[in-house]
Amino acid sequence: MLRDITLGQFYPGRSVLHRMDPRVKILLVLCTIVFIFVASTFSSLGLIVALVFLSMCLSGVPLRMYGKSLKAILFVVLFTSVLNLFYGSGDPVLQWGFMRITVDGIRRAVFVAVRISTLIVCSAILTFTTSPTQLTDALERLLRPLKKLKVPVHDIAMMMTIALRFVPTLLEETDKIMSAQKARGADLESGGVIQRVKAMVPVLIPLFVSAFRRAYDLAMAMECRCYGISPRVTKMRQLHVGRVDLWACAVVALVMAAVVAGNLLLPVWM
Amino acid sequence: MSFIEVRGVHFAYDPTEGEIPREVLHGVDLQIEKGEFVALLGHNGCGKSTMAKLLNGMLHPTGGNITVGGVDTRDDDHIYEVRCRVGLIQQNPDNQLVASIVEEDVAFGPENLGIEPAEIRRRVDDALKSVDMYEYREHATYKLSGGQKQRVAIAGIIAMQPECIVLDEPTAMLDPRGRREVMDTIQALNREKGITVVLITHYMDEAVQAGRVVVMDEGEILMQGTPRQVFSQVDRLKQHALDVPQAAELCSCLQKAGLPVPDGVLNEEECVAVLRQLLGSALETGEEAGQ
Repeated sequence: MLRDITLGQFYPGRSVLHRMDPRVKILLVLCTIVFIFVASTFSSLGLIVALVFLSMCLSGVPLRMYGKSLKAILFVVLFTSVLNLFYGSGDPVLQWGFMRITVDGIRRAVFVAVRISTLIVCSAILTFTTSPTQLTDALERLLRPLKKLKVPVHDIAMMMTIALRFVPTLLEETDKIMSAQKARGADLESGGVIQRVKAMVPVLIPLFVSAFRRAYDLAMAMECRCYGISPRVTKMRQLHVGRVDLWACAVVALVMAAVVAGNLLLPVWM
Repeated sequence: MSFIEVRGVHFAYDPTEGEIPREVLHGVDLQIEKGEFVALLGHNGCGKSTMAKLLNGMLHPTGGNITVGGVDTRDDDHIYEVRCRVGLIQQNPDNQLVASIVEEDVAFGPENLGIEPAEIRRRVDDALKSVDMYEYREHATYKLSGGQKQRVAIAGIIAMQPECIVLDEPTAMLDPRGRREVMDTIQALNREKGITVVLITHYMDEAVQAGRVVVMDEGEILMQGTPRQVFSQVDRLKQHALDVPQAAELCSCLQKAGLPVPDGVLNEEECVAVLRQLLGSALETGEEAGQ
């Protein structure tokens, strides 16, 4: 179970969304997220929800996977929307002591709940359909202009790649060290929080020591493979913006235009 | 001049504070020709891993010099050339893979060299085929077995098209099956691609497969020669607390016991042949005596 973490949330598949250029995907998701907050009428927000729902269906990822990621933040959604319930202005619909619920409050609560959920689903679509390597690759290319400002973009991407690469290795090692300490009589499971944190120390110290040793070996291996020597670095895998990407951009642009129009032309309640 | 020339090399690690620098190598001379398969033997702490790191310029000798194809490994302007010509594989396969996907890891070296994408693709495919891992190209590296990981690491070096690969105990952390896979791969690369191999090991049965064996002890070269020449000197090797292949040891014991056993028996098949002959003649003489 622990080992599934490497692929992050990636759900391998061959859908239209899987085949899209990861750079385009990242940009479109960012754009959609911005517009989730720009949309201020029910119809414009509804339009975005429809767009996100459509992508959800196109992704070929079972809907219960999205359900799972929503469940994880259910508390946050409920908490913020209940809080918003009491913040509205205008005539109260319900009054109970100093707390009063207004129609405006209800509207806010619904908006917040829908916004947060859509936001989560939207980013889940990205992580479900894009492998971590594709993501780091795309980020490296998107951040490339920052190179002019002396930001070490390539090194940052390299760090992300290595981090992803070593997550399963270190998890496996943690498992091993925990078993080794248990075999020596360490009690890792009982006691209160403080006691359990204390019990983790004999696990963490060997883990750190070995991580440093690994880092040393890896640095040597990377140097052997000429890392950082050549001024020019190329990539085996080239990214291409294809027809699917253009269509996706067109659809998103259309929806965004409609959202702006809806915001400007329609009253808040529509 | 040989492809790799090691001349009077001394080496001492930087001392940690308050310690006296301890010299690991005291004047090593070694020549390695193109296309050779050299096994470097020795027990722990004899300086053989240090030797590996010196050969591709990861460490610089504190005395003497090393040239690879005529280039001094201390020459920082040409270090790139040295590293491209001599690739180094380490012991722990987990710690030398950089990327999570097999083919991306193999592409790491050529990418650093700034090679065109189409050419990288071709080299990666070739390298993976040469270590027999092509069908795993899209797999996650952490799911592979130790032997497979080590072969991917070898492919990563092969993709840089080196003339020589130095392997520092590549099989030490592998199970018997992984060891066999890696050894077969190394053999094939040496035979079919003509890549020079320097194999550092303390497994005698691996050293036997080499064309030349170099034995190191206490930072010096003790002896070198063909496996047959080296392993026939069982007593001398034992004096230096070094192992000999089991077959060689058995034959040397029999020889000492006064039996007519030839020198230079290396592997099990040869040993079986010798024993069969011995038993056969014993049986014959026995029969003659009986009659």
